[in-house]
Amino acid sequence: MEVEQTALPGIGLRHDFTTRAGQRVGIVSHRTGRRDLVIYDKDDPDRACQTVKLNDEEADALAELLGAPRIVQRLNQLHQQVEGLVSVQLPIPSGSPYAGRTMGEARVRTRTSASIVAVVRGGQVFASPGPDFVFREGDVVVVVGSADSTADVAGILADG
Amino acid sequence: MHETAVIFLEFGAVLLGLGVLGALALRGGISPIPLYLIAGLAFGTGGVLPLATSEEFISVGAELGVVLLLLTLGLEYNADELVTSLTSNARAGIVDLVLNAAPGAICALLLGWGPVAAVAMAGVTYATSSGITAKVLSDLGWIGNRETPTVLSLLVFEDLTMAVYLPVLTTLLAGLSLVSGAISVGIALGTVSVVLVVALRFGRFIEAFVSSPNSEVLLLKVVGLALLVAGLAQQLQVSAAVGAFLVGIALSGQLAHDAQALLAPLRDLFAAVFFVFFGFQTDPAKILPVAGLAALLALVSMVTKLLTGAYAARRAGIGKAGQARAGIALIPRGEFNIVIAGLAVGAGAHPDLGALAAAYVLILAAFGPLAAKLVQPLITAIANKA
Repeated sequence: MEVEQTALPGIGLRHDFTTRAGQRVGIVSHRTGRRDLVIYDKDDPDRACQTVKLNDEEADALAELLGAPRIVQRLNQLHQQVEGLVSVQLPIPSGSPYAGRTMGEARVRTRTSASIVAVVRGGQVFASPGPDFVFREGDVVVVVGSADSTADVAGILADG
Repeated sequence: MHETAVIFLEFGAVLLGLGVLGALALRGGISPIPLYLIAGLAFGTGGVLPLATSEEFISVGAELGVVLLLLTLGLEYNADELVTSLTSNARAGIVDLVLNAAPGAICALLLGWGPVAAVAMAGVTYATSSGITAKVLSDLGWIGNRETPTVLSLLVFEDLTMAVYLPVLTTLLAGLSLVSGAISVGIALGTVSVVLVVALRFGRFIEAFVSSPNSEVLLLKVVGLALLVAGLAQQLQVSAAVGAFLVGIALSGQLAHDAQALLAPLRDLFAAVFFVFFGFQTDPAKILPVAGLAALLALVSMVTKLLTGAYAARRAGIGKAGQARAGIALIPRGEFNIVIAGLAVGAGAHPDLGALAAAYVLILAAFGPLAAKLVQPLITAIANKA
């Protein structure tokens, strides 16, 4: 798939591409932070027949909805491609010593050499959380590493 | 009555009147510029209600309006965009220049106004109003269209051409001899290139100087710098407008964005004053005799803009409907054309020039956006059938 990028002098940038079904879709990124999701007319492929104006918050929400499931999907592909590397989804069980504490305190990478790449909470994905990210009971932590190290992470999250 | 009281009364009445006209324009979905011009005609020389006392005050306001118009225009673009547009769209830009400068120049020569007036009229018919066109694009939802980058880069090219054209025009209007004229054109163009190079290479130093987290400080610094450079440019015969435009180009990024937001209300106020002032200087009695000529000129230059848009869009691989839209988007004329005519009138060009330019801009500023709105469904219907 080829994404075309065009400068709009005085306005911002436009990215567009054609889907496999032949529908052309574009995003206009205004300098003001506004984003337009643009659907092109099939009969007149140069004309935007539908423009959805999105503010910062709405654009973020849309990006998250579209991007979140893709992260897990991509991880699964990655783990099939690289031998010895697994990605597992570990829940923060009730009574976990790290519920309510930051990710930095668990020192997962230092202790096991596995990495936490995302946290799923209530259907929302927090991709690459930082050390100050606070775990909550019921969070699902996506961990990438060897089979042994990810098992160690499961132990840490359950018992400390 | 005390003179200050009279000035306030007259100026206040003018602004209030403009506000009401602006509201009308908004409701009718047209640009307020033609209405401002008409208001100016009514209040000025030979008008219904001539204002005498505040004319000097308003004339200074009008000069400020030109400086602010060009400063904010320059802020919209950064130097990189100008250079990219210059290199990648040169051919379409030159077609635009030749096709659209010709009607005005030929008209002035046929009327026997002489070569200097021909250069001024060439500018009047050449420049598309980037302000009105941007509004048309956004109102009709054309910003996402695939022909829009072509339209926008033509506008950038035009604005850059203006940076060269205005100093040349100012020099010609000053009526200097061939040698001293050539020298001052040389100085003018030299200044423009130096400022452009400084903006490209050292823009961040200027930005570091101007930049401030406090909006009040930022406003004072930007306006102060623009006026200073504008005055300097005027002194060098480069035209104050170009000086302000170049300051706008030198500033870019977040700073330009912030400054633009701060300056917008100020610009709206003084630009309105400028359009009124131009109307002031034009005798309404002179408009009627040139109305037919203005309509003909408007028609011809609509066709030449349509051709320009179609040519540029076809080069960019845009379909027939998109080519038509590109042409239509380029039709509106407005602020630049009046700025040019204003310079010519101020320098004592042919008395009918101001009237002709006013009538011409009245037609195209009002009709351009309207044409786009009316033709849009037609183009879509034809494209859907094909």
